[in-house]
Amino acid sequence: MASQVDALYIYLLLVSGVMTALIFLSVLVLAIKYRRAPGHRARQIEGSTVLEITWSIIPLFVMMTFFVWGAVIYFQERTPPADATEVYVVAKQWMWKIEHVEGQREINELHVPIGQNVKLIMTSQDVIHSFFIPAFRIKQDVLPGRYTTLWFKATKPGRYHLFCAEYCGTNHSGMGGDIVVMEPQDYAQWMAGGPSAPLQETGKQLFTQLGCATCHRFDVQGRGPNLTGIYNKPVLLEDGRTVIADENYVRESILNPTAKIVSGFKPVMPTFQGIVSDEQLNALVAYVKSSSQPPPGTAGLQNQPATSPAQPQKMQVQ
Amino acid sequence: MARTVIPANQAPAPSPKLNYLNNGHSLKSWLLTTDHKRIAILYLISVTVFFFLGGFFAMLIRLELLTPQGDLMQADTYNKVFTMHGMIMVFFFLIPVVPAVLGNFLVPIMIGAKDLAFPRINLLSWYLYIIGGLLISHVMLTGGVDTGWTFYSPFSTEYTNTKIVEAGIAVFIAGFSSIFTGLNFIVTIHRMRAPGLTWDRLPLFIWANYATSLIMILGTPVVAITIVLVAVERLFHLGIFDPRLGGDPLLFQHLFWFYSHPAVYIMVLPSMGVVSELIACFARKRIFGYKFVAMSSVALAVFGFLVWAHHMFVAGISLYAAMIFSFLSFSVGVPSAVKVFNWTSTLYKGSISYATPMLYAFGFIGLFTMGGLTGLMLATLGIDVHVTDTYFVVAHFHYIMVGGVLMGYLGGLHFWWPKITGRMYPEAWAKLSALLVYVGFNLTFFPQFILGYVGMPRRYWQYPPEFQALNVLSTAGASILAAGYLLPMIYFVWSLRYGAIADANPWAAAGLEWKTTSPPPTFNFDETPVVTWEAYNYDEIPHKERRVPVAR
Repeated sequence: MASQVDALYIYLLLVSGVMTALIFLSVLVLAIKYRRAPGHRARQIEGSTVLEITWSIIPLFVMMTFFVWGAVIYFQERTPPADATEVYVVAKQWMWKIEHVEGQREINELHVPIGQNVKLIMTSQDVIHSFFIPAFRIKQDVLPGRYTTLWFKATKPGRYHLFCAEYCGTNHSGMGGDIVVMEPQDYAQWMAGGPSAPLQETGKQLFTQLGCATCHRFDVQGRGPNLTGIYNKPVLLEDGRTVIADENYVRESILNPTAKIVSGFKPVMPTFQGIVSDEQLNALVAYVKSSSQPPPGTAGLQNQPATSPAQPQKMQVQ
Repeated sequence: MARTVIPANQAPAPSPKLNYLNNGHSLKSWLLTTDHKRIAILYLISVTVFFFLGGFFAMLIRLELLTPQGDLMQADTYNKVFTMHGMIMVFFFLIPVVPAVLGNFLVPIMIGAKDLAFPRINLLSWYLYIIGGLLISHVMLTGGVDTGWTFYSPFSTEYTNTKIVEAGIAVFIAGFSSIFTGLNFIVTIHRMRAPGLTWDRLPLFIWANYATSLIMILGTPVVAITIVLVAVERLFHLGIFDPRLGGDPLLFQHLFWFYSHPAVYIMVLPSMGVVSELIACFARKRIFGYKFVAMSSVALAVFGFLVWAHHMFVAGISLYAAMIFSFLSFSVGVPSAVKVFNWTSTLYKGSISYATPMLYAFGFIGLFTMGGLTGLMLATLGIDVHVTDTYFVVAHFHYIMVGGVLMGYLGGLHFWWPKITGRMYPEAWAKLSALLVYVGFNLTFFPQFILGYVGMPRRYWQYPPEFQALNVLSTAGASILAAGYLLPMIYFVWSLRYGAIADANPWAAAGLEWKTTSPPPTFNFDETPVVTWEAYNYDEIPHKERRVPVAR
């Protein structure tokens, strides 16, 4: 991604450089050539509609190339590949708390292997932050109350800066860290170190502890919808709308269950706002998602854009 | 040439004994004046105070950033310093500076009117500005604000413990000053033009102020409402923006930028108007494509309202919303480019002098071009994701808002100084300061483009050591820039007493303001002028054979 952004940047620099040179040179040449001299008088010129149209249309055309190229890159940046490994990020004043789906946790550091697509599912506990990795040319604001996502594929081992790019208070400039990009075998070794249960396991325990399982049963239909296979699928709501059951929908349904009631169900679920932390919420979301995953091996195919009838909404996963 | 009440080439009248400046000397005659020219002077003094105050904070920022460690001040102090820098410069300097000083002085004179349509409301505008200014100074002295001038929620509404509500009220009040000025200009330009001064004969400075006024009255109420909502959430914890209370933080950003993006055009459009006047006068030509330049001002005012979400490409808006706003943002590029091309073409076959105001006009074209082109980069989605919220953005908006606006303002101030005060400024010193401003500005802000692209986020109190070299360059440039801004302040004051006496039209310029005396009488014209000529009829005005009067 970084090289694509740089290529576009170089194109923009070239066009801008030519434009700047053109204008600076014109001003310079004209200012010297027509400088005030005795006996010399200005010649009045009305203007020229043809010229006006020319220098409106040509820049507009050039700008459309900027737009299209920029939009293509943006589209890729905002569309995580289905096979991406998922990492949950919780931002707070002034640190980054990171949890891999394998259960490994870290603070202000994110270890990733080269060659692997990594999707970050991010939320904030307090104010707005922004996850910025200059070396990868990517950035995404991290908001309280919802998920935003970001993805990348690292290609070169090393340590790269992680910055918070949205002003967040006193220690904003200290809210940084490192992205540690490792060879796959080093990464596997790192991942093996330290005790950890997979995130979905934590989620499963919570699901039982919090009593979710009494209504949301996986065998039969309980008082709440059966959550098997719902992730990333369209859901018909009581009010007739259809939404995609993405991370944000699952999250919202836990914190504000009455907002979007699934068709055929009663608004009986209590809110878990203030009961579950952002980290626990992530575990629950990871668990609901895992209950929707097909057996290993076909992973990813399920989420291919082509199979999702309401693809555009899925793109909006914030 | 047609017979006119005031012929275009009439010899300048001798300076009269009585003018707006010596018509009353008491403090009351100034503080309770309804004369638009005196109110312009009141604004001139007050915006200058705020400019140097904001500049003082800028120097503190640059000094802190000289080293990677946060060593000059505490992080909290630094956050308050850049917040005060932004708030003062945006709300108390850049927005009022050209309309309230030059516009106030010139709009009625340029259209041949005795005053603005509502002279008392004009005075009220200044008082509202001063009340807002005093309140923000009070906030500054009693603890300050640390949200940045953007007040992003929920940080501003639920998390910071600084004086948000008070600062908000200050901006709210100053906003009404801006609304009243806009209202006054619109009514004046519609209703009080001299006989014969049709819309297609209006000076481009008037067109620019007209477009600006439209934004002022349409946009400013939105930021006022936003501030009220912030205060309501902060004081009563009603969930508007904070998701914890059921609000939506992006709603704040939409509302804020709906005003604050067009606000950039409030700042830069009047300066563009100034530049049109300067180039016409010092190339002695009608502006090339007059109608297109006039209409491009209106186009900027209209399109300016359609592009606000380009500040939010990484904020969490939908993919398709981002694409639409990126597309629309390029639409602003066209009228901006049209202006630059027309100014450049005006030079063709002109008779160009390099007087100080013209140097500033050249400077404006240079800096605005660079600011505009980097703006196109920011409108390009793939690039914006990387450089937004970095020093690239900081550099970009300083090129437009400081480079553009101040070049236009200083150029205009030099140009109309003889009209305003009846005295000439010292030309050699003025040329030196124009040079210092141009060099200092580029040295300060050009390195910031690079800093941004290599990844330095904005609003950072400390930074990784690899960014230091560029920061040192920037700080060095800032000290040259400071000298460039201080110098005019000194020689302008000096010229009030020692400057050469200016006649009515020292530049042999077109425009009604040059057909009355310098300084003008209280009611601007002894007889209402009748206009029978186009704007910029430089072919009817003889070249000035003698040199411009030089200071003793």
